[in-house]
Amino acid sequence: MQKITRDQLVEKAVSLLEAGTVSAVLGWKKGEFDYDITPALFKSAEEIKELFVWNDFCGANFSKYLVAKAPKQEGKLLVFLKPCDTYSFNQLLTEHRFDREKVYAVGIGCEGMADIDKVKAICGDGIVSINCGEKMAVGTIYNDAETLIDYADVLAERCVNCKSKKHVAYDELMGDDGEVIDSDRFDEVARIEAMTPDERFEFWQDQLSRCIRCNACRDACPACTCEKCVFDNPKSGVENKAPANSFEEKMFHIIRAFHVAGRCTDCGECSRVCPQNIPLHLLNRKFIKDINEFYGDYQAGAEVGSRAPLVNYTTEDLEPSEVFDRRDTNA
Amino acid sequence: MRKCSLSAMNSVFAEIAKEAALYLPVDGKDGRAAYTKWEEGKEWSSALNTVKSPKDFFFPQTEDLMEFKTSGKNIEIVDVRGESEDFVVFGVRACDVKAFEVLDRVFLSAPVDSYYASRREHGVIVSVACTRPSETCFCQTFGIDPTGGAGDISVWKTENEVFWQSNTEKGEALMQKLASLTEECGAEAVEEQKAQISAIMKKLPLASLKADAFGGGKTAELFNAPEWDELSATCLGCGTCTFVCPTCQCYDIKDFDTGNGVIRYRCWDSCMYSEFTKMAHGNNRLTQKERFRQRFMHKLVYYPENNEGLFSCVGCGRCISRCPISMNIVKVMKKLGGNTNE
Amino acid sequence: MQVKEYKPLIVAFCCNWCSYAGADLAGNNRLNYPADVKIIRVPCSCRVNPMFILRAFQRGADGVIICGCHPGDCHYTSGNYYTRRRMAALFSMLDYLGIERERTRVEWVSAAEGAKFAATMNDFAEKVAALGENKRLEDLRCKR
Repeated sequence: MQKITRDQLVEKAVSLLEAGTVSAVLGWKKGEFDYDITPALFKSAEEIKELFVWNDFCGANFSKYLVAKAPKQEGKLLVFLKPCDTYSFNQLLTEHRFDREKVYAVGIGCEGMADIDKVKAICGDGIVSINCGEKMAVGTIYNDAETLIDYADVLAERCVNCKSKKHVAYDELMGDDGEVIDSDRFDEVARIEAMTPDERFEFWQDQLSRCIRCNACRDACPACTCEKCVFDNPKSGVENKAPANSFEEKMFHIIRAFHVAGRCTDCGECSRVCPQNIPLHLLNRKFIKDINEFYGDYQAGAEVGSRAPLVNYTTEDLEPSEVFDRRDTNA
Repeated sequence: MRKCSLSAMNSVFAEIAKEAALYLPVDGKDGRAAYTKWEEGKEWSSALNTVKSPKDFFFPQTEDLMEFKTSGKNIEIVDVRGESEDFVVFGVRACDVKAFEVLDRVFLSAPVDSYYASRREHGVIVSVACTRPSETCFCQTFGIDPTGGAGDISVWKTENEVFWQSNTEKGEALMQKLASLTEECGAEAVEEQKAQISAIMKKLPLASLKADAFGGGKTAELFNAPEWDELSATCLGCGTCTFVCPTCQCYDIKDFDTGNGVIRYRCWDSCMYSEFTKMAHGNNRLTQKERFRQRFMHKLVYYPENNEGLFSCVGCGRCISRCPISMNIVKVMKKLGGNTNE
Repeated sequence: MQVKEYKPLIVAFCCNWCSYAGADLAGNNRLNYPADVKIIRVPCSCRVNPMFILRAFQRGADGVIICGCHPGDCHYTSGNYYTRRRMAALFSMLDYLGIERERTRVEWVSAAEGAKFAATMNDFAEKVAALGENKRLEDLRCKR
């Protein structure tokens, strides 16, 4: 359950809107069920009071919307940022992707977001109500009584391995700030690294073969902000609308992960939005883990203006040929 | 009507697979069901819905149409067609079967798409009654009956038994091959299940959704509706909704240069993409709002206008559960349909 | 039984200022290296986009090697330092996906090192030949 309440956020949004500090609010909007929450641009206090929601299913990272929405706005845009969102926010600022002056950022604490697929795995389909109290109470058309669920059992993967509860950017903070967490987020990467090459190949072949190339990972990614993606550009020679074969699948995901390497804040949106449940974050985390090991710890978005590791160098860097020797001796 | 025990299904599948490729929903390693080719050891998933619809079997995501080989000044056109294999798609829900009718009207009207037609001819569809609809289901909005009776053969699965009924000649032919594995029976259990499903359908949260505000002739009224701005405001422009949709039928035809020839293939396209129907003069829909509107207008207005009022949405609920921002056709219908749906 | 000898196809991206000249010197000195090494000249080793490497594999390469000036000697001061970081990350990723690590390599070859160029190519070709054909990053359409 979230510590900050919906009413607190509504009050904040309405007061900032009415005071003229901001002219619009980027927030979460009520859906058909209690979990299908849509990011929305609210323009009036009435709308906010009626439709704004804040619960355990508000996973969407708003930072990327600032690139498209902030410039079109007269006056400032209010955006609510969870701790992980603030890293994306900073990274986009570092890359000069939006005008800081056009945005009013309110940092809000987050207790981790729930994964609806995990909820359904416990209580089954047919959900008609979800009430987030001490426990999550889920009502379905098939069960007479509500199913009570511990939040820990349905926490999204990225929240289980939350890297930070600290807000690294905001104009105003609601509630207490948290700390950077020493998480186990690289454990799964290490587990795959420890497999034999054949096992690794099979693992990824199996995962990536499910890709339907809907581009949701790319379009939701706050680091993917190219005006024209190379995979959408007919002149690039690699444009393709569908995964024609296993090569295309690998090519797309390797290149995408590489392009955000060093800039990816590990917000986990790619895996959240993937309709096919491909653990795309494991590609990005591999790069983060490698970069930390090769060039020293680096967290993208931790501060504005830092130079990403792959656009930086020292004269003493590791040689590509030493990468594997190093791992083999460490193992 | 015939029946067999649930435990005999493995031998039934083996019998079907002797003469035709058999595809059915099988639970994947990640716990989600997907249509998979049956082989010994694969089990029929208890999940009714799959992430990807079965439209792939008739209209694959990518398909090679032909190949060109060049030597000197000669171009040889190579026929690479291979869609004449018999196959059976087992365990299709009524909504997905209805989706084939939507696709048929596109691909089988003149000029007939011979690739699609050939697959349709060689495929047998075995539907299964939808005993456990999800909260995202709204097939009844479009008059679809989830209790069974669709496809070449209808199947009802009860706790220990599976009931079979053929609806077409193709279905009858397949049933005859299974004669030794099934036995003649009455329809009481099936009628009982049908009543149970009908009762569940009334309890679904989207049971009251109506499509009355949409259909042919509504273009002028809906095209410039101010609601489109708000509805499309946070659309990411990805293709998830189109690619999981059982009725989306747009495709692109492209050439792939292999280095020693050219492969002409077609692949699904999405009206949500900025490159969709790009022409020499550029794109005809420049903003995401226009692309977003196209998708829903096509399903709810343009298609029914050209097809005697048949909507090209079947209420399968896939876009509802998979959209990264949870925007979907139900929200669009409720918003544009005004208070009639509240 | 006569088995047709398998010869790997190797793509070598060579920087214009050092490694390409190094290859030239190897030729002038009549040093032997496999004829199946296809050299692509690039202005600097850091011109090599990871996409080039994947595309080379797609189009039938069995191994891809990138040659540039020795660190510190880049014609553009720092290009090869970037190459070094990028390729370290990329090769590690390819390995993570189960693609044989011997199929990719970075070597620094100066204009004076004709012998090193030939020796590098011989060694790389031998290692790649031992792996056999590239199956894990192949595009079957290009092999029809």
